[in-house]
Order: sequence, then C-alpha cells, then structure tokens
Amino acid sequence: MDKVIIADNLSLSYSNSETIINKASFSVNSSDFIFITGASGSGKSTLLKSLYGALKPQEGSLVVGGVELRGVSGRKLNFLRKHIGIVFQDYKLIKEWTIEKNIMLPLIINGYEKTVTQNQVDSLLKHVRLKHQAGKYPLELSGGEQQRVAMARALSHNPILILADEPTGNLDDYSSQLIWNLLEGANSQLKTTVIVVTHHIPETMNVDYKHFHIEYGSIHEVN
Amino acid sequence: MKSIKNHLSLVVALLSILFSLQVFIIVDRSINSYKVNLANNYSVVVVAQKKLNAIDVISENKIIEDISALKPDAVIKKLNTGMTAKNIELLKLTLPKFYKITLTHYPTPKEIDKLSKNLLSNKLITKVENFSKNHDTTYKLLLLFKSVITVFAISILIVTSLLIFKELRIWQFKHNERMSIMGLFGAPVWLSSAVLFRLSIFDALIASALAFGLFSYMSSSEWVLSQFDYIGIRIVVFDPLYDFLILLGVAMFLSIMLALLIVLGHKEEV
Repeated sequence: MDKVIIADNLSLSYSNSETIINKASFSVNSSDFIFITGASGSGKSTLLKSLYGALKPQEGSLVVGGVELRGVSGRKLNFLRKHIGIVFQDYKLIKEWTIEKNIMLPLIINGYEKTVTQNQVDSLLKHVRLKHQAGKYPLELSGGEQQRVAMARALSHNPILILADEPTGNLDDYSSQLIWNLLEGANSQLKTTVIVVTHHIPETMNVDYKHFHIEYGSIHEVN
Repeated sequence: MKSIKNHLSLVVALLSILFSLQVFIIVDRSINSYKVNLANNYSVVVVAQKKLNAIDVISENKIIEDISALKPDAVIKKLNTGMTAKNIELLKLTLPKFYKITLTHYPTPKEIDKLSKNLLSNKLITKVENFSKNHDTTYKLLLLFKSVITVFAISILIVTSLLIFKELRIWQFKHNERMSIMGLFGAPVWLSSAVLFRLSIFDALIASALAFGLFSYMSSSEWVLSQFDYIGIRIVVFDPLYDFLILLGVAMFLSIMLALLIVLGHKEEV
C-alpha cells in the first residue's frame, strides 16, 4: 500500500520555543482515515501545520505525497499544496469573495476550465446544502455554514489528502453531521486520505479509521 | 462606496505626487524660457583698438553666439559742431572700435568672469563691459526661485511618500490574509498577489488620468496663459503625450513598487 505520509524522527517547534513534537515516527497509508487526538496544547494542530508545510521540521524527516518537507522549496511546496485540501478551525475564507468563489479557489489555482469549475462548485454547494447562499459573503453566514463552505473548498479539487483541524468544533449537530458525512464520503468513495485533528471522535463512524494520540511530544497509535 | 474608498487614498497620494512633479516641470520650463529671454536681451560690450576678427573671437569663446560692430555715428553726430566731412572721417578712423557680443545662453557669473578674462587676453581689446552687477541680481533671483520650488516639490514628495507608506501598511493588513489563504492552497506568488498588482495599476491609471485632465485644463486656461504672457514667456504647460507618459510612468512605478513591497514583506500566517 502507498504511503502518503512518512515521518521519521520528526521534531517540531516554533522558533525559540520548546520542542512540541519530539522525534516522532509514523506513517499514513493512502486511503487511510486518521483521527489525531490529544489534550489542548499537546501539538495536534502543530503536527497538522507541518503536514501542509506551514511549519518546517526542526529535525528528522517528513515526506508528504512524495515531497520531503524539510528544506522544501517554495515551488515544490506549492505543488504539494495543490493536491491537499485543508479545513481550518477558523475556516480561513476570503471575506471579499462570495462563497461560490471561495469554493472555486483550489480549482482556480489548479487551472481547471471554467465549465468544470462551475459544475464542480454547483455540485458541492448542493452537498453542503448552501446552493441558495452561493452569492453571499462569508461574514453573512453562520459559523456552521462557513465551515461547510470550507469543507466544500477542501473537497473541490479532489485532493489526495484532506487535513481537517477540529472541523466540527463549536458546530451544531446538523452541520457536524454534514461534515462527517462529507469526510467519510471522500474517504470511502474517492479513496482520499483523511486526517482529522479532534478532541472527540464521533461515536458512529461509517468508515474504518486509525487513531493517533499525542502526549508529551510523542505520537502513538491507539488500538 | 466601499470600493471608491479603497481606491481614493492611494489615488489622492499619487495625484499629489504627480501634481508636484508637473508643477516642478512647469517651473523648470519657465525658468529655462526666461533664461533664453534674458540671454537674448543680455550682451557684453567690448572696446578694441583695431577691427576684430569675429571668427577668431567666436572660435576662442564658445559661449559667444555673435559679434556685431557698434556704429559710432550716433556719438559723432552729437560731437558734430561744424566739423568738416574729412575731419569726421579722420575722427572715425581714430576712434576705438565698439562691439556688441551676444551669447548662446544666459551665463553664470563664473562664465561671465571667464569670458571677460579671455577677451581681455586679446591684445586688441582694451575694455570689456559685462554689466555684471545687473546680471548677478537677476541670476540670483532665478536661482532663489528655482531653489524655493525645489524645496516645495521635495516637501510635497516627503509628505506624500509618508501617505503612501501609510497606505502600504493598510494594504499589507488587508491583503495579507487573502495572500496567505491562497498560498495555503498552493497559489504561486504571482497569482496570490495578482489582485494587488491589478489594484495598484488601476489606481495609477486613475491618478494619471486625473492629472491629465487637470493639466490639460490648466494648459488651455486663459488665466494660466495670461500669467505667462505677463512675464513675457511662452511655454508648453502640459504636453499631452510627453508629459502624460512621464506622469503615467511615475505613477506606475510608485504603485507597482508599493505592491512589490507588500509582496516581499508578506509572511505566511502560521
């Protein structure tokens, strides 16, 4: 089975601060569904940031989608990010753009044709039940709706890997369920590798998943 | 309304820079034109024992445009109190020769001094009258006027530069988030900063167009033209092609530099 992520003796820290992840080694197979849990401040989000290259490894090696992220060049990093879908805790939607255009962002960056882009966005808007809000701006939507837009954006370009940082934190049940359904669908139907950082793993999951737990800077798989 | 507000601050800052630049150009043209007027009216008078070879004198002093002999007839006419024609002719021969020298441009005091010394080194020339006192006063006035305008233009440039830097910080704040988000999805810098460059180019075009309108109006304004007529000069207040291209170039350069500084100073949010 192909490895999407290979971490070897990976250490992570922000500049001039103590090490957050200390010499961790793990791997993630293609089509895996992974939950990462841990106490607040344990380094879950830090690990996720390192997976999309926002934080460079201090020590060891981290290979994502065949790209070594230690000392990675800007061009290679952009290439990798084009194939990743990210869902942020704070949504990170572009406020000046309509939600339709926000969902289009990865498709624009990947150079998709206009008709393909529009069809894909229409379909995703239906999936996240926001078709009627297409022309609105992010700040006109509720938190749950904004997160659904962020989810649609992460799925729009059929990425090989989806990284989600507490995607259902503070969301109502309806929005949470929609998001889990979309993540499960992407994993089971499109064989997309999904990594979710969360405090709570949902009780009912329709896909097999692995569970990594972070404690005191080390990562271990929970059986 | 919000969109107009977004553009207004940079457009106003750019417009004030273009305005001060064009005013400086107009003043420079006025001074140069005035200098030509002065040069046309200014001349040096030399007195020589014998007839001078104009070609030799001009070749030795490149600042000289022309030498013309001053006829002594008017002076002789005043002295003519019953003198015979023969005596008058004799008097003409014994009188020194007077020459009026016109110059290629309005000289600096140093150039006048050098010219006087050069002319006096010619053994035939006995006296040079350069009217240096009058010349110095006019020249110093011109220099003072130019200095005042330069200081004025520099002050405007400093104030508007501060305005532009303030605008830079606002833009940096406004565009940083969008550039970061686009970067997180793999957008190359040219794509994530494309909006910024589009905005700055658009603002530069607006500011240049406004400056074009303003100076086109000024250049055809009767009042403005009468002011130049009053001091006896005629200049091109605004050349719709040459001046516009300069203003457009400056506005483009400044706004693109502004966008470039934002892009270079951009840091991805972690």
